[in-house]
Amino acid sequence: MAESYRRSRWSNGLFVVPYLSVFLTLLVFPLGWGIWLSLNKVDLFGGERFIGLKNYARVLSDPIFGQAVKNTVIFVGVSVPTLVILGLFLALALNKTTKGSSFLRGVFFASSILSVTIVTLIWRIVFIPNDGLMALIFEYFGWQPIGFLSTTGWSLFSVGVATVWWCIGLPMMLFLAALQQIPKDLYEAAALDNASRWRVLTRITLPSIKSTIMLVAIIQVVMQFQLFGQAQLMTNGGPAGSSRPIVMYIYEVGFLRWDIGMGAAASQVLFLIILCAAMLQYWVSTRKEETDA
Amino acid sequence: MSASISIKNITKRYDSVTVLDDINLHIEDGEFVVFLGPSGCGKSTLLRMIAGLESITDGAIEIGEKRIDTLPPGQRGVAMVFQSYALYPHMTTRQNMAFGLENVKVAQDEIDRRVNDAAKILEIDHLLDRKPGRLSGGQRQRVAIGRAIVKEPKAFLFDEPLSNLDAALRGRTRLELAQLHQRLGSTMIFVTHDQVEAMTLADRIVIMHNQKIEQIGTPMEIYQYPVSRFVAEFVGSPPMSMLPINHIEKTTNGVTVEVSGAGTVTTAITLPPEFNAKDAVIGIRAEDTEVVSEQEDGLDLTIKVVERLGDRTLLYGTLIDGTELIAEDSGRSKVKAGDMVRVAISPHAAHIFDGTGLAHHSQLEV
Repeated sequence: MAESYRRSRWSNGLFVVPYLSVFLTLLVFPLGWGIWLSLNKVDLFGGERFIGLKNYARVLSDPIFGQAVKNTVIFVGVSVPTLVILGLFLALALNKTTKGSSFLRGVFFASSILSVTIVTLIWRIVFIPNDGLMALIFEYFGWQPIGFLSTTGWSLFSVGVATVWWCIGLPMMLFLAALQQIPKDLYEAAALDNASRWRVLTRITLPSIKSTIMLVAIIQVVMQFQLFGQAQLMTNGGPAGSSRPIVMYIYEVGFLRWDIGMGAAASQVLFLIILCAAMLQYWVSTRKEETDA
Repeated sequence: MSASISIKNITKRYDSVTVLDDINLHIEDGEFVVFLGPSGCGKSTLLRMIAGLESITDGAIEIGEKRIDTLPPGQRGVAMVFQSYALYPHMTTRQNMAFGLENVKVAQDEIDRRVNDAAKILEIDHLLDRKPGRLSGGQRQRVAIGRAIVKEPKAFLFDEPLSNLDAALRGRTRLELAQLHQRLGSTMIFVTHDQVEAMTLADRIVIMHNQKIEQIGTPMEIYQYPVSRFVAEFVGSPPMSMLPINHIEKTTNGVTVEVSGAGTVTTAITLPPEFNAKDAVIGIRAEDTEVVSEQEDGLDLTIKVVERLGDRTLLYGTLIDGTELIAEDSGRSKVKAGDMVRVAISPHAAHIFDGTGLAHHSQLEV
């Protein structure tokens, strides 16, 4: 019996082979290969030459990379809280069973299904000088026009606005799902406890969806650190690299300068930054939970 | 602190569906009233209307002479214990209990005093710093009651609070609730579909059926003098047996009825002249029957199922014509399924129900 059990244990492994093969081929192998590439001098059409950590040294000493990191951190630092707060606000406002709420949920989520090309096209039309929507509004009020896509400071802001508009659907939906999980009788108990709307929000609603707030924040941090399409299509990283994110830097190094090793090294740095940011957020949230318990 | 509650001509409709129809009820200060009825009879809706969690379509609710149905829930002076307890999961027991008091800006030392006093009464003082997730069902129940007590309300509202507890804990909590009522002397309304809870806790029971109040009375009044066939069948376990009446004959002291499959039964029930015998039945509770020897008068009952409850034995059987009857025998009964036994009925304890379900009882003390 023991023998047959041992034999069957090996054959049981066959059940996980399909998954393991996909996991290893499409996830572990590219990850490992990426790390290997970052340790080599690689030309796309030539061979590889192991150079250790030199690619990392080049990336980290490159002022353009430094600027890209700064741009991306600012972008994430502003867009993620905006997405979380705005998404939460929309979810709270639309957490009703009326037809109007259902329609508006659909409207706010609709932008999420558009491709980045369409999104950037729409926002280029809004921000473009002279004939853009913003230009017309500024002209109507007699204000000095702003080059939203061509002015340092404003270009990253414009990319951020387009990004928030594009990405707001997912946080809103996740918050709505979380809000609908809160038992109705908690609100009834709060009503009998004479709680004001503000007390209900801060003492019942927000603590009840704390884990979803953290989930949304982590998802958005991971997503927004990978900003590329909007910046590429709206500002091309300009002016003077003021809206160039890390992924665009990787793209330029790897696919315009064909320095694959250095591009791979920059990718690993980005991977580490995202990992650290997500872990930090997770650590902060769980640490607070532990002290609460 | 506690107060009387008056429910005046309350009606509740959802579009064309009437949930409660012209309900009138007065609950005395300090009284323990139980709303009892089957699922969907509107008992929870009525409680929630008193709490302010449901609007009323028509009528008025007063607590201590003050009309409260126009006030928001928090300003009605009532505290409610929910079926699911509805404890705030991220707050400790202490915070759960203090939340309502903080909202109305009660001084911190007063909050501490009330929370500590309630915790002592309910023996949960060692749980004050735990969150609900780390409490058992019974402990959560106590915290929910504690949250109500600290508010020192004019009335306590309980919405099936024992239904999530296991049988043993339910029995114990029931006893503790009765003690709590004696100790606090507060007005309490308790909703349940469990008649044992209703019988053991209530000063008065309100039986609800088909959007209306079917009967209001003390537990023994309800049990011994049900106003209708519905009440008679709903209250009491096992339910009252109903035997179809073929013919009724008036006698000087009551009526003699000819019962299908049971012959004639002489009762002390006086029926009004307008009594309609069509579809009338005679109702007999199991404890008003007795297994007798074959030589004595009685009904022959073929036993189908025997339920041994320890202190008594319930015999589920059929009469000669197939009519079902539940009889009671002593705990040491030797009767088994398939036996035929002779059962005598205590005629003074019988009830007659006319075709509309209206009850007629013997005027003699049962």
